[in-house]
Amino acid sequence: METQIILLIFVLVLSIFLGVELITKVPSTLHTPLMSGANAISGITLVGAILSSGSSEIVTIILGTAAVFFASINVVGGYLVTNRMLGMFKKK
Amino acid sequence: MDTAILVNLFYIASSILFIVGLKMLGSPDTARRGNLLSSSGMLLAVTITLLDQNIIDYRYIAGALIAGSIVGYFAATKVKMTSMPEMVAIFNGFGGIASLLVGSAEYVSGTFDNPAFLGAIFLTVLIGGLTFSGSIIAYGKLSEVISGKPYLYKGQQFVNGILLIAILFVGINMLFIQGFISSEETLVLLIVLAFILGVLFVIPIGGADMPVVIALLNSFSGLAACAAGFVILNNVLIVAGALVGASGLILTNIMCKAMNRSLANVLFSGFGAAPDATSESTQEQGEVKPISAEDAYLILEAASSVLIVPGYGMAVAQAQHAVRELGELLEDNGAEVKYAIHPVAGRMPGHMNVLLAEANVSYDVLVEPDDVNPVMETVDVCIVIGANDVVNPDAKDNEGSPIYGMPIIEVDNAKTVFVSKRSMASGFAGIQNPLFFKSNTRMLFGDAKETVSTLVSEFKG
Repeated sequence: METQIILLIFVLVLSIFLGVELITKVPSTLHTPLMSGANAISGITLVGAILSSGSSEIVTIILGTAAVFFASINVVGGYLVTNRMLGMFKKK
Repeated sequence: MDTAILVNLFYIASSILFIVGLKMLGSPDTARRGNLLSSSGMLLAVTITLLDQNIIDYRYIAGALIAGSIVGYFAATKVKMTSMPEMVAIFNGFGGIASLLVGSAEYVSGTFDNPAFLGAIFLTVLIGGLTFSGSIIAYGKLSEVISGKPYLYKGQQFVNGILLIAILFVGINMLFIQGFISSEETLVLLIVLAFILGVLFVIPIGGADMPVVIALLNSFSGLAACAAGFVILNNVLIVAGALVGASGLILTNIMCKAMNRSLANVLFSGFGAAPDATSESTQEQGEVKPISAEDAYLILEAASSVLIVPGYGMAVAQAQHAVRELGELLEDNGAEVKYAIHPVAGRMPGHMNVLLAEANVSYDVLVEPDDVNPVMETVDVCIVIGANDVVNPDAKDNEGSPIYGMPIIEVDNAKTVFVSKRSMASGFAGIQNPLFFKSNTRMLFGDAKETVSTLVSEFKG
């Protein structure tokens, strides 16, 4: 248990540094799509939601199912709206 | 091979897709493919999760997945581009509430003997809850259901302090004591306090500072997912959540820099609420010189370089299509046309860029303040459409001004400046703008869309 937590914290710290390095200079043209695209990624909590709603306890199922609902709005809506916006960005 | 190992290998694959996808989102040529890559990473992660052997009943999952996808599909395809800031705000909120629910579900079914697990739940519920209620308030402010004005009251710091102490107390009870109040009561109390925190966090912040708030809430929605990853001990949640958290913080930082203010200043000062700011404008202001669209046309026709500076007013008037048409006519007339976009123009990061893209303006004629300021003297005509504070010369000349030090688009250095404005009311921040009184400035009073349309018909006629 403890070693797993340490390992996960390790992953967390590296991911934060990676994230910062990944997106240092973004042209302002892409600020909105970057934000909504990143927002869609934050819908990854859907994975946790699915696991919760597959449980056998009724309260957990209810909470998990509600989580699946909101997270899938976040994921599907987020990716589609980003794609729609990026489709409009054209260069002559 | 063990299924758990296989599942984790696929999670690594989807993490890679997120990382590469996010990287590609940073450049205009690759952004769309980047978004597709990241969405395929999501599809992979979700599909693999559905194969988990601990899932007993698929009916609820399937129902919620389908219902959520339908709502998301319609929201994304029907939303108007002018409503994009509200849309992004509400999506952030949904991400937050989903993480809160995951944390709560695990808390209800979990054991209470592991402080690390409980601590992760505490953070997930807290961050998820404040992201949700904060985003709802931001949504309300952006769609003008509630006033966009900064809302300050006496004793604000005191109330916030009490709230933080209460949250700390609930946290300690949740992690270590367990029994001061029951576990269900602890959870409900924590959710309520998190919601209140989110409301109190966004309500004092004014509309012009919304780009910062949206970027910050974006970051929080990632951090909530990241904390949920510690609850269910899942790598892909931690990686994806941390990436979003980091990218949101970078955007927040870009926005703060564009206003030359610290994050703390944006969050706690209630910019624009201070009434004493206006009393300083006692200096000689001079005379405002209005111009008719017909006369403006004659000047524009002779111009060989034109710079268009859009602001929130263009979004409100929905003038972006008329502006694009004017730009094209000017180009046909032989002028070089560029659009100068200030990073905080509008209500979210990149707001103006999205609107102009919708109107079919090529993104390579959009320039940033740093690119255009050095060559401003060579610009014949600057057309300011619904922008105010981002072109206010006080930011560089007047040390007493509240926006002193903010990087601006120095339109006052252009040979002629046209300002399209509804009336002489001061800008969002409630600060007088000396630009309007300069000798090379002419005011085009009236609705931005009508003004620009009149210019367009002059060119055609």
